[in-house]
Formats: sequence, structure tokens, C-alpha cells
Amino acid sequence: MLPLELHELSYAVGDTQIIRGISARIEAGPRTVILGPNGAGKSVLMRLCHGLLKPTAGRIIWHGARNGDVRRHQAMVFQRPVMLRRSALGNVMYGLKLAGKSRSECELRAMDVLEVVGLAQHASRPARVLSGGEQQRLALARAWALGPDVLFLDEPTANLDPSAAQDIESIINAIHASGTKIIMTTHNLGQARRLGDEILFLSNGRLKEHAPIDRFFREPASTEAAAFIKGELPWQ
Amino acid sequence: MNSMGEAFSAAWQMLAGFDAELAQIVGLSLQVSITAVVIATLLGLPLGAAIAVGRFPGRQSLIVLLNALMGLPPVVVGLVVYLLLSRAGPLGSLGILFTPQAMVIAQTILIAPIIAALSRQTIEDAWREYDEQLRSLGAHRLTAAMTLIWDTRFSLLTIVLAGFGRAAAEVGAVMIVGGNIDGVTRVMTTAIALETSKGDLPLALGLGIVLIGLVLLLNALAAIIRELALRRYG
Repeated sequence: MLPLELHELSYAVGDTQIIRGISARIEAGPRTVILGPNGAGKSVLMRLCHGLLKPTAGRIIWHGARNGDVRRHQAMVFQRPVMLRRSALGNVMYGLKLAGKSRSECELRAMDVLEVVGLAQHASRPARVLSGGEQQRLALARAWALGPDVLFLDEPTANLDPSAAQDIESIINAIHASGTKIIMTTHNLGQARRLGDEILFLSNGRLKEHAPIDRFFREPASTEAAAFIKGELPWQ
Repeated sequence: MNSMGEAFSAAWQMLAGFDAELAQIVGLSLQVSITAVVIATLLGLPLGAAIAVGRFPGRQSLIVLLNALMGLPPVVVGLVVYLLLSRAGPLGSLGILFTPQAMVIAQTILIAPIIAALSRQTIEDAWREYDEQLRSLGAHRLTAAMTLIWDTRFSLLTIVLAGFGRAAAEVGAVMIVGGNIDGVTRVMTTAIALETSKGDLPLALGLGIVLIGLVLLLNALAAIIRELALRRYG
């Protein structure tokens, strides 16, 4: 599947340019964090990579792609988890069934991941009555169950309290440890430090920096990144 | 005032005594309207779902048309079905004018657009919420449509009940294509119209009470289902 290459990628809605000519090469391995202020285009960039949006210009190339269906080898977790009106177990099994797994296989795999994210005791409860943190863990389980090569996470803890966010972060690390490439967005510097191995810093639709985490925080090369790290608000 | 009181007490006696004529009329009403609702749902629900998740030229016009068809006047539907089924009409050879089948056809035409239009709205609202998640999981449009129908099943049930209420309460269409023939095509609404004009108020009132009771029951049922579903599934 990887590396993922973005070539002069642009996305516009009407006259509004949201992503402006981004080129980058994302390798297998390190946890990639897409960092930037609100409205920088982080979520849109991720949706373009995942194929939910079509770029208005430029190309997305999965270099290691095995025959055809690249979507099969990716999964995504959204900022607000979308839970189907069925049990927690049913939600995980839904994705597996779409991936063409047999019923018994689905159930085994689904129970396994629910166990890992700590929701096994809630397996038969309706997903929509779970708490926000539990729903997000369930969303992670649903994505992880598919065994993706790449997992996209869009601000996965933005709506959660610190303790729920901590649970999510440790699950993300477990998924990383299992060999899945993590690509996530955040506007939270602390989370970027904790979870990131490399940073793509976006500002106003442009890729300002692509650097290993240490270097990014020690000596940011762009004024926008330096200001963002210092917590100033130059875009206002 | 006095005659109204007498009519009421006579009506209650008929209801309490399970009057045979009244029971027969209520039975036929239910049979016709339930059949029409089942057929209209089988036609309207997939159509609504297809329009909700589909992207094709003329979609917006189709939605406008469908919404407009919700307001079809029953007498006009009755007239059109009458013309189609009458001996000289294109479907005259079927020979089903003035039969319950003709009434089912008319009511189906009346409520299929209601079920299609309202389920289109419900499913499209859900689609907006689920769209990215379902596409991310690799669901194609048909799978997505099935998932959305299942996930909105309680709202859709309310829509089907609304369709049934409309069918059971309408008089114009069944009067024209059924003919209000005693024992054959006489249903609650047509009987009320006839008995009132004949001056047989107890039967008319008795049927009116059953009809209002039925509508109340349906709405209570819809409310209970929604409430239970919300509590159970969120």
C-alpha cells in the first residue's frame, strides 16, 4: 500500500481553494500527524487521501497498492463517530461483512477487537446509547477489525474529556504497534507530541512543513509553524 | 340535541353488541386499506430510498413532483381510476370496477406518493449523517440504501401508519370506484356519507366513532413505537 505520494494536490469548492498544491511522500512506519489550526484543510486533505473527496487537481498515488481496490486496505475514524442503530457488536460486524467475511469469522474477529478496546461487556448493548468515549472506542474497533494497512483518524479525541482521550490514544498506539500505519489530524499540540513521529503542518491549505517530530518542535522552519507552536494567532 | 343524544346511545349499542352490518363494513374497510398500504409501501419505500441515495438528472424535479403528489385530491384519483377501469377504458376488460380490487388500486395510487416522498426525506436526512462513514466502510449505493432503511425503520413505520390513516379516512376515491354497494364495496367512510344523507344517524355515528378510534389508536401506536425505539436504540 505505502508509500503514499501526493502530487500537486488541490481541492476547491467553487472559488474557494481549500487545499493548494500539496506534494508530499508519506512512508510506511512512523505515525504521521497532520497538524494545523482550524480551517487549515487538515480534514479535507485526509478525506482526499481516503478517497471520500475527489481532488480538483493533482494526483494521489499509492505506490505499494496491490491489485485495484485501495479502499479495502484503508479505514477511517471520524471526529464524530457515526453509530448504526444496532448493537456494538453489530456495528463492528457490519464493516467486516461489507469486507466480505463470513458470519462466523465476523463474529470472532469482532469480539476480539471489542475485547481489546475494553468494550466486550457492552457487545450486545445498542451502540447509540454508549457514552461519547465508548462510541469513539467502538469506532476504532470497527476500523481496526478490518485489519487496514492504513488508518486515518480525523481529530479522534476532539469531543472527549481527558480520560476518554487517553483511552483513545493508547488504543491508537496499540493499532500502530500491530503494524497499521497511523495518519491522524489534530490541532492539539500535546497530542501531536504524544502520538506523532512526524508532522505535516498545514496552514491555509498549504503544506508548510514536513518534518520529524523533534525537529518540528525544536526548530520549525516556517513562521506559521513557529507561531502555532508558541500559541500565537497570526491568522486572525 | 335530543336526536343527537339518541343517535349516540344507539351507536354505542351497535358497537357494544358487535352489530353484524357494522362489523362487516369495518372489516372491509380494514381489508381494503391494509392491502393498499402494503402495496403502496412495497412500491413507495424502495422508490423513496432510491431517490434519497441516487444522483441522476431530473432528481430535483422528481422530488418536487412526488411532494406535490402527496396532495392528490382523492376524488380526482377516483375519477382517473374510474375512467381507466370503466368498460370503455383501457383496463375495462379486467371487469373490476365497483369491486374491492378497484378500491385498493385507487387507495394505492393515493398513498404510494405519500410513503415515497416522506421516506425519501427520512432516508436522505440519515444519508447525510451516514454518507462518509458508509462509503469509508466500502458500502455501495444499494447496500447503503438497505442499511439506511433498516436504521430508520421506526420513522418509516410511522410514515406507513400515516399512509394507512389517510387511506382509511378518505372517501372520494373509494366512493367513485367502489360505488358504495351494500355488502360488497361499502366501507366506513362511504357508509357514513350515505347513512347521514339517509338520516340513519346511529350507524353513521357508530362508524364515525370506530374511524376516529382507529386513527387515535394508530397515532398512539406510532408514538409508542418511536418512544420505545428511542429509549432502546438512541
